[in-house]
Amino acid sequence: MSARDRILAKLHAAPVLPKAAPDIAAWYQTHRGTESIVEKTDRFRSCIEFAHAEVHAVSPGSWLDKLAEVLAAKQIGKLLVAPRTAHGASAIAGLAQGGIECRGYDSPIEDWKDEMFHAIPASLTSARCAIAETGTLVLWPDEHEPRLMSLVPPVHIVLLDVATIHNTFYEAMQSEGWANGLPTNALLISGPSKTADIQVTLAYGAHGPKELVVLLVGEEA
Amino acid sequence: MSEHAMNFMPAEGFRARAKDVVENPFLRQSFRGAMDFLINKRITQFPDAEELETLRTLGEQIRQYNLGKLPALLVQLEENLTRNGIQVHWAETPDEANAIILGICQAHSAKLMVKGKSMVSEEIELNHACAAVGIEAMESDMGEYIVQLAGEKPSHIIMPAIHKTKEEIARLFNEKVPGVDYTDNVDELIQIGRKILREKFLVADIGLSGVNFAVAETGTLCLVENEGNGRLSTTSPPVHIAITGIEKIVEKLDHVPPLLSLLTRSATGQNISTYFNMISGPRKAGEKDGPGEVHLVLLDNGRSQAYADEQLRKTLQCIRCGACMNHCPVYTRIGGHAYGTTYPGPIGKIISPHMLGLEATSTMATA
Repeated sequence: MSARDRILAKLHAAPVLPKAAPDIAAWYQTHRGTESIVEKTDRFRSCIEFAHAEVHAVSPGSWLDKLAEVLAAKQIGKLLVAPRTAHGASAIAGLAQGGIECRGYDSPIEDWKDEMFHAIPASLTSARCAIAETGTLVLWPDEHEPRLMSLVPPVHIVLLDVATIHNTFYEAMQSEGWANGLPTNALLISGPSKTADIQVTLAYGAHGPKELVVLLVGEEA
Repeated sequence: MSEHAMNFMPAEGFRARAKDVVENPFLRQSFRGAMDFLINKRITQFPDAEELETLRTLGEQIRQYNLGKLPALLVQLEENLTRNGIQVHWAETPDEANAIILGICQAHSAKLMVKGKSMVSEEIELNHACAAVGIEAMESDMGEYIVQLAGEKPSHIIMPAIHKTKEEIARLFNEKVPGVDYTDNVDELIQIGRKILREKFLVADIGLSGVNFAVAETGTLCLVENEGNGRLSTTSPPVHIAITGIEKIVEKLDHVPPLLSLLTRSATGQNISTYFNMISGPRKAGEKDGPGEVHLVLLDNGRSQAYADEQLRKTLQCIRCGACMNHCPVYTRIGGHAYGTTYPGPIGKIISPHMLGLEATSTMATA
């Protein structure tokens, strides 16, 4: 018998104690209200700012200028982008005049891992959606906008469409049908990297990004 | 090693270890201060007592429902993980789990394993098993890194280095890390750790992690963390090995949000952790990063014994938030090391006998 068979045999030999399925929908219906886009945006913003993210309200026409302004303020001259996304292409086209070098994530990490870890000061990605209740960005990295973009560069800049903000994590996964298919890696990000492991003293920039910047794209800035 | 021997027979020397802590005012202050801090953080996350009670009840229903179907869910999880390209391994004992992990490492000629925080890897003493065959296992959670540098074990399941003051950590870094001057500035200490460990993430052959929830219906491994070391351990190296106890399973994806909320609010008083990392497969064709191989080791180590009894089965409902330690008057006075077990405090008292036997844990009942 394999370890698998022995473990399963022991569990099957135990008394069968079936329990009723939990009614998760009912709990959320009773304990969480629904909010308008404006209310959700405000709640998202106050939560993620509490977690030390930097948030800027922008419009579809102004986000690129704000991005250039943020990079200038932080004295960052190089930005990692996903060239095959619309926002990545816009950044490449729009930031060149300002002297920002856009580095495209265009080949497997094995080809340039050392550069990623040592020579990329900032990155730009989009968020799939967000969660107001906890001030959380949801990212589903893919072949165009890979996983390490939101993790290794010390500054991570994220574009978020305010129309995609959900009230709760539960609502996000229910309304988007996550159970029907998840990507290789789905991520909830709720601030810059941090730790309180030394004497419960909060410190930012533990292993992931030291700074998280959210460009909140609404109808009007 | 003495610490290994201590873990083997935790009952031996319990009173002496407890006495040492009780008579040490600095340690007493470290634990009292940290536990009071965590208790207060948790209170601020649950301002509505009714919400807390109903959410706890829902969380218990979710855990009990899933434990009620445990054998079937393990098979479903295995099927869906396998379909997603994640290789599943089963281990009855710590020795079997170590052999599986070392086998994977050796198949890749691995020299360096970088570890995200995993209490189950502490439970099986994985670092010793790696060292015995010449593989360096490097802890990357800041607290675990500090404890490893000091040659110690975690004293709290959420806050591994809570027994140390920043001055002690400053001396430790100054003595053990080449080229580091004494500084007790917490930001500087964290940046020193970041710099050293980034180079490890860059070159590590294997990334190891625990699992907070394994979702059967989607074949997904979920990890909760704040630092980003869990994400780096599971994304940067070419191979990711996850290890979990067989009880950490939920059937449905929608079982996760209530448990996640209870976990982070109770553990560190955060409405959510900085990162919640959901892994459903190795790198797909065309993807540019992520590990080419992902493995899951399912560990029994006494859990099926607890499962056999209706009352003892409840010990498997635990989501490892650590709040029981924070609120425990005994833990707060004697700290985690005195117990001599991987899991200290109230949860440690009720699960350690299943892992180590009643004789080895005979003092637990009076702790």
